[in-house]
Amino acid sequence: MPNTSVYEKSLAELSRSLKAGEVSSVELTQSYLDRINTFDNDLNAFITVCPDLALEQAKAADERIVAGQATPLTGIPLAHKDIFCTEGIKTSCGSKMLDNFIAPYESTVTANFKAAGTVNLGKLNMDEFAMGGSNENSFYGPVKNPWNRDMIPGGSSGGSATAVAARLAAAATGTDTGGSIRQPASMCGITGLKPTYGRVSRWGMIAFASSLDQAGPMARSAEDAAMMLNIMAGFDPKDSTCMDRAVPDYTATLNEPLKGLRIGLPKEYFAEGLDSRVEQVVRDAIAEYKKLGATVKEISLPQTHHCVAAYYVIAPAEASANLSRFDGVRFGHRCEDPTDLEDLYKRSRGEGFGSEVKNRIMVGAYALSAGYYDAYYAKAQKLRRMIRDDFLKAFEDVDVIMGPTAPTPAFPIGSKADDPVAMYLGDIFTISTNLAGLPGMSVPAGMVDGLPVGLQIIAPHFEEARLLNVGHQFQLVTDWHQQKPEAI
Amino acid sequence: MQWEAVIGLEIHVQLATKTKIFSGASTAFGAEANTQACAVDLGLPGTLPVVNDEAINMALKFGLGIDAEINKINVFERKNYFYPDLPKGYQTTQLEKPIVGAGHVDIPQEDGTLHRVRIHHAHLEEDAGKSLHEDFHGMSGIDLNRAGTPLIEIVTEPDMRNAKQAVAFARKLHAIVTTLGICDGEMAQGSMRFDVNVSVRPMGQEELGTRTETKNLNSFKFMERAINKEIERQIELIEDGGTVIQETRLYNGDTDVARSMRSKEEANDYRYFPCPDLLPVVIEDSRLEKLRADMPEMPEARKARFISDLGLGDYDAEVLSGEVTTANYFEASAKAGGDAKLAANWVMGELAKTLNQNDLEIKDSPVSAEVLGGLIARIKDNTISGKIAKQVFEALWKGEGSTADEIIEKKGLKQVTDTGAIEAIIDEVLANNPAQVEQYKAADEAKRGKMVGFFVGQTMKASKGKANPGMVNQLLKKKLG
Repeated sequence: MPNTSVYEKSLAELSRSLKAGEVSSVELTQSYLDRINTFDNDLNAFITVCPDLALEQAKAADERIVAGQATPLTGIPLAHKDIFCTEGIKTSCGSKMLDNFIAPYESTVTANFKAAGTVNLGKLNMDEFAMGGSNENSFYGPVKNPWNRDMIPGGSSGGSATAVAARLAAAATGTDTGGSIRQPASMCGITGLKPTYGRVSRWGMIAFASSLDQAGPMARSAEDAAMMLNIMAGFDPKDSTCMDRAVPDYTATLNEPLKGLRIGLPKEYFAEGLDSRVEQVVRDAIAEYKKLGATVKEISLPQTHHCVAAYYVIAPAEASANLSRFDGVRFGHRCEDPTDLEDLYKRSRGEGFGSEVKNRIMVGAYALSAGYYDAYYAKAQKLRRMIRDDFLKAFEDVDVIMGPTAPTPAFPIGSKADDPVAMYLGDIFTISTNLAGLPGMSVPAGMVDGLPVGLQIIAPHFEEARLLNVGHQFQLVTDWHQQKPEAI
Repeated sequence: MQWEAVIGLEIHVQLATKTKIFSGASTAFGAEANTQACAVDLGLPGTLPVVNDEAINMALKFGLGIDAEINKINVFERKNYFYPDLPKGYQTTQLEKPIVGAGHVDIPQEDGTLHRVRIHHAHLEEDAGKSLHEDFHGMSGIDLNRAGTPLIEIVTEPDMRNAKQAVAFARKLHAIVTTLGICDGEMAQGSMRFDVNVSVRPMGQEELGTRTETKNLNSFKFMERAINKEIERQIELIEDGGTVIQETRLYNGDTDVARSMRSKEEANDYRYFPCPDLLPVVIEDSRLEKLRADMPEMPEARKARFISDLGLGDYDAEVLSGEVTTANYFEASAKAGGDAKLAANWVMGELAKTLNQNDLEIKDSPVSAEVLGGLIARIKDNTISGKIAKQVFEALWKGEGSTADEIIEKKGLKQVTDTGAIEAIIDEVLANNPAQVEQYKAADEAKRGKMVGFFVGQTMKASKGKANPGMVNQLLKKKLG
């Protein structure tokens, strides 16, 4: 049996240990399954655990390693957000609507991991249909933050963040529509990267807002995230919005020196609403970068105050159409004994969707209605172009933009449940990159009241390698990413 | 009061692609329910559409075929509504930026002039599935085989004034899409479906009346009847002091009954917006050039060629160029027979009549164009008369032989052109009809012309139709003096 310290190993170290025969994938997988058994009844990070499948995959991985055909991640136990369709395993998207749904196909992201020989421990909890920033909107109950179990883990990829922070999986996948990778990464003290829109295939990933959704890695370090992204990124002819563009080896440039790196700090990100202790964490991190030879410049992203408004028109509008297919006719939840077609629709959807999902469908349908389209949807699209232009202009002078990932550390479960607007404002620093299609990453940068706080780094389109390099260099000189919750 | 009808059409044309517009599933007609619907067509969560390039090409060919503007950047949008045979809860279609912009189709009128029908635009979209309301014990069944089949919806300006004109336009459109090879033209299978917008106004009035839309007419016959019925209904309604309300109507061709389906007030708000799963379709000039180079001869050009090269009259050329299988059949039979005018007469006459009697389409004719050509060749070289040719054709139709020559040989129908043999028959006829011969001789020149017909008839009859009619005529005149 591996000793506990094996959970502290990076993916690169685990890969070496597996290849050296110091540990088998079966042993590693079994011990992760044991940890899930021990901790997850309380943490609630998993919706589905797949012990039999995982051990079967581990056995195959061990054989592949012996045969000398291993990839860097062969045999490593991972877990996937329950938004990725997995053939033969329930894919619920955190919703009662899909509590009975088993896809007959595999998402491209999970198929890539399968092909690389990773082990799938199970499917991770999330806000229903990825709508939320606290993981309180799951049909399967809230996920707890391993740093303080009264606190939210962030969302919507809250199960992924908790699983990685609590060492219930070596790394995980997440998806990010308005911050759903970066914000929980920040709140759980892990590294999460949302790639450029079009970098990772969306095939088989249940859509929330198609023009904003993007899958990415959630891991303990930038180096681990780079190894994960190597598997995830790439062209997929099954997704028309996926870009046919060469994928670099994201681990190859991790060690580039940062001397001369030009960092932009948007003045709008250090304004009212930002917790001063979070601001201090970010300022301290910037100071580290200066020591590494970076230069820092204040910049302006004038449209920042419009981001939340634009996002909360566009995302619900797309969602309102994307979620129309859940009608009780072909799959998913169907009400008992419908009296007619309208009754079938109303009750199946009324029973199957939770309240946040219903809110957003209604907001979205309203924004697209005849007579309101121009005032809401068309205007939001115009703002979106302006927001993107802000960033493109800013990147003429700087290499990366830095700021807080979220305005506050994790807050208590239930504390904002009745205040959706306060909840939406928590996305203020993350949604602009989704609207602009840019890659963004959160790395652990400090603690406030015993809770982790992340630094957000944003790069130009398709510069994920730069993000990972900038994150990795920070992690070489700090140990925030190696901090670990107590009693884990 | 004199009334004028104003008619505009919306036509759904099923494109003849092998696979669906956004998935790789087959589009073949008639398969067992739900066997040609993949995860994308079923609208399963996480699935994504990818545009079928062939569907784009076919829509572009249509645009080129009607001399239309092509929108080099066109956009798919989602049209949102709930219906059980609409798997995603929205139809992917085009609204603001359709692939084909304004164009036109010219149709011949009875006075020989052309009438121009303007095309407002044509857009690409996916078809829905089918709801089946029988045989499910009070419930409905859903067949999604058709879901995702590529369509172009063609929208005309209100440029037609009566049902005949609308049908002439519809036929022309049928000719265009079948000539282009972008649609199989099988209307009974729903490959072309017509929605007709009809309004009436007092003759001379500029302002349009309130229109109704009658949906899903799938034969020219039903279309003509439905339009006439609707025009009559509206005129009667107004003359009785009522007003036409804007509504969607259904016409049942089998019972010839039309009824209201829904009024404007009940219409959906479709909440259109650009589909975020699909990028705008960008049409490169090089792509258009390549398609233009591959364009087949269009019905207009073919008609002109039939007149100039084959010597057909305007009417014959119009009829024969109007539909691609007919045009191909005609050309093949004219080539094989060596006489275009004879071929035209046979295709439009005996062949059309017999097909009609047997309720068959020309593509299903048991007599092929080549075989008919063989028959025409024998008429042309005087081996048989036109009358005997009809017997030969009938035998070919019944499958009594595979070529005209075989039947002529087998049945001994070869025309008699031997002067001696014909004279012998004539002599017999004259001998058997002495009274008529006397009358003939007593008559003046003017009457004789008519009277000779009797002797020709008797002679032909006696020869069992095989005597060459021209020679019979000539020899008779000589013998009767």
